[in-house]
Amino acid sequence: MTSDNIRPVAGGGKPPAIELRGISKSFGPVQANRDVTFRVMPGTIHGIVGENGAGKSTLMSILYGFYQADAGEILVDGKSVTIESSRAAIDLGIGMVHQHFMLVETMSVLDNVMLGSEGGALLEAGQQATRKELARLSNDYGLTVDPDELISDLSVGQQQRVEILKALVRGARILVLDEPTGVLTPQEADRLFEILAALKARGVTIILITHKLREILAATDSVSVMRRGEMVAHRTTSKTSAEELAELMVGRKVLLRVDKKPAEPKQTVLAVEGLTVTDSRGVERVKSASFQVRAGEIVGIAGVAGNGQSELLQALAGIQRISDGSFNVGGARTVGHDTPLDPHEARRLGIAHVPEDRHHMGLVTAFSAHENHILGHHDWPAFNRGLLLDREAAIADCTAEMERYDVRPPNPELTAAMFSGGNQQKIVLARELETQPKLLLVGQPTRGVDIGAIEFIHNTLVQMRDRGAAVLLVSVELDEIMSLSDRILVMSAGRIVGEMDAAGADPRRIGLMMADIPEDEVA
Amino acid sequence: MSQPVKLPRWIDIGVIPALNILAALLVSALVILAVGEDPVKALEVMLYGAFGYDEAIGYTLYYTTNFIFTGLAVAIAFHAGLFNIGGEGQAYIGGLGVGLLILALDGWLPWYGLLPLAILAAALFGGAWAAVPGWLQAYRGSHIVITTIMFNFIASALMVHLMVNVLIKPGQMSPESREFAESAWLPQGHEIFAALGIDISRSPLNFSFLIALVAALLVTLFIWRTRWGYAIRTVGRNETAAIYAGIDPKKTVFWTMALSGALAGMVGINEIMGVQHKLLLNFTAGYGFTGIAVSLMGRNHPVGIVLASLLFGALYQGGAELDFEFEQITRDMVVVIQGLIILFSGALAYMFNPMVARLVGRLAAAKG
Repeated sequence: MTSDNIRPVAGGGKPPAIELRGISKSFGPVQANRDVTFRVMPGTIHGIVGENGAGKSTLMSILYGFYQADAGEILVDGKSVTIESSRAAIDLGIGMVHQHFMLVETMSVLDNVMLGSEGGALLEAGQQATRKELARLSNDYGLTVDPDELISDLSVGQQQRVEILKALVRGARILVLDEPTGVLTPQEADRLFEILAALKARGVTIILITHKLREILAATDSVSVMRRGEMVAHRTTSKTSAEELAELMVGRKVLLRVDKKPAEPKQTVLAVEGLTVTDSRGVERVKSASFQVRAGEIVGIAGVAGNGQSELLQALAGIQRISDGSFNVGGARTVGHDTPLDPHEARRLGIAHVPEDRHHMGLVTAFSAHENHILGHHDWPAFNRGLLLDREAAIADCTAEMERYDVRPPNPELTAAMFSGGNQQKIVLARELETQPKLLLVGQPTRGVDIGAIEFIHNTLVQMRDRGAAVLLVSVELDEIMSLSDRILVMSAGRIVGEMDAAGADPRRIGLMMADIPEDEVA
Repeated sequence: MSQPVKLPRWIDIGVIPALNILAALLVSALVILAVGEDPVKALEVMLYGAFGYDEAIGYTLYYTTNFIFTGLAVAIAFHAGLFNIGGEGQAYIGGLGVGLLILALDGWLPWYGLLPLAILAAALFGGAWAAVPGWLQAYRGSHIVITTIMFNFIASALMVHLMVNVLIKPGQMSPESREFAESAWLPQGHEIFAALGIDISRSPLNFSFLIALVAALLVTLFIWRTRWGYAIRTVGRNETAAIYAGIDPKKTVFWTMALSGALAGMVGINEIMGVQHKLLLNFTAGYGFTGIAVSLMGRNHPVGIVLASLLFGALYQGGAELDFEFEQITRDMVVVIQGLIILFSGALAYMFNPMVARLVGRLAAAKG
């Protein structure tokens, strides 16, 4: 084990805030953590990186008392402890901010923070005490949130602040944040890191779990890398680089930048005019969007999740009905409110769709890989023989595609749920790209996908472009948009608020457009 | 908290149901002990009553026939994520369809000419009775469980009205139609065997049993080997993915319910054309409801359903024998035993899963 900060380092001779020794945990035959040892010095920010399934979440669940380790020891402030429940973790001063917020949307900030520590049958006393505590914390750390505001009225960044406050009110001195920036704009993320720095300055110890290497480099003091359940390296952040960390995570050299030639756009494949999508509650999710995508180019839509990109993509795929405006595909078919498109026809028109949410839309996780391979194509003659499905054809086709896309394990009989995120995504990609589409709609192609697979997926998309497909890419990862796109559209609150060439685009400016709010509110 | 461990298939469909039945039998044994009878002897009587002699086997298979139909009906709806509680009413109305058809044509066509038409009538009537709740679920959001239950009551009321006021044979008190011409009756089990040169006792077992087995085979092919079955399973597992794939969940729900009702309606072939040879009240006798337990126990797979149907057929037939043989064991006690089997293999079907999973995990770990 290479390490340069595993030995006690200067810290006034204080013991580590958290120390794990030889933690192992297995679920049935799967070993999620193997002999994991690491320590976090008090008052530092420690990053943990690793691919999906590397065992980060399991490790943190052990630390927070959700799971019990099979072997190993946990020390808090140098003392050996057993953490049997999240209650025990809270009592030890460990707080957790989950990736998906655990907030009651219809209740106020105050009530959410108090939840679980009401301190009696009547709420009044608890509310008073919590209010006082909130005022103190916002004073100390600059964590300003109006305690009487409803959670549903807050922005995502503010909601996350409430989660942090919840942990602090419960006396957390050690704060674990699991993928905290996944839902934030770049500005909100910067603001989060300022808050973390302020917390650190007051002695709070922070463990930051993320897969974004840029954030590790920007925010942490030290970093540990996990691979396949093991801690493979510890580094001092100032002495490492993104390339080194990526290599440690994957176990081989990875190309972080997408290697592509300049685009050679040809005829317009998709022309969108004043497209408006209204959801079932009557809220306009996409407001009069107009743009074009040409053959041989990748157009990226940047935006914070939930600003209408999903609805736009679904409307173009024929899943959501449009309420106003129109779009034309390949100059042949114009889709409007009264001439709706269904996913079936969309496929016939040469539209392929890699949906944002592969678990809920792109795959039937209970089905085998070869059954997923014919999803949307199950009525094709190629997969049918008379009245019956041609199982052998589907399996043969699926096996060939699995080989070409390097899906592991290449077993078409395996249930989709048993594949890792990256391999699931490859199964979806293989199915959709195999049709040689004219228009490819791609949502979050690398969400929850490990670095090795990201490289492959990005290259595949560029290949599609070079073969003459028009590609519309939606991603909340600005880095991904920046590196893949030839042209960038920025979406905010359902509107397309900006369009620019990807070459020379300024991420900071895009970030501001994404937020689409005055700068003082961002700060 | 522990991760769910995926069990090998043979354990899931073999060992677990066996454990469930064993647990149900153990509790039943306690009940029989409590009323002062010998559980071992009771089991013997029950097994003998169900399988001990040819007439008993005939009865068991006759009940099995009904359970296969209603079990398949529940299963096919379940694959689309629908809980069809209305098998009872659909079977009832399906029987009505069969009865009306035969009353109209029995002088004209022999049984083999009538049979395809009767199957069509049973499917149309039963299917229509289920398609209405299906439509209400798909297009109006009325919950299928509620509507199918309600439709059982409507079916019951409708049948009483028709039998008492319309279809009753004039000049008699009991609400029954006239008997069908004998040429319209399905061949009985003993007749079929006699034609093969084998002599067995008379029982209600008839040609429908073969139809049930064919239905089980066709349902297997339909669900797992056709694009329509694929669509049904996709809707049942993941409606969003179905929409993405261009499958209309509403249409699928409607047609799946129609198909489910059609299968339940086949009970009418067995009961009306095969056994009763006339239209009458209450011939469904709870087969529709037991079909739910049969399907649950058979893991919604036709092979499992045929086996579970055989078990319930044996329970029905052997249970009747128990009632006969033991002073302390009444008809109600038999219902208790059936209830325990339903409880352990239906409602508590997965009770032993974690235990078995731990065991399997430990064995796998020990092996390597």
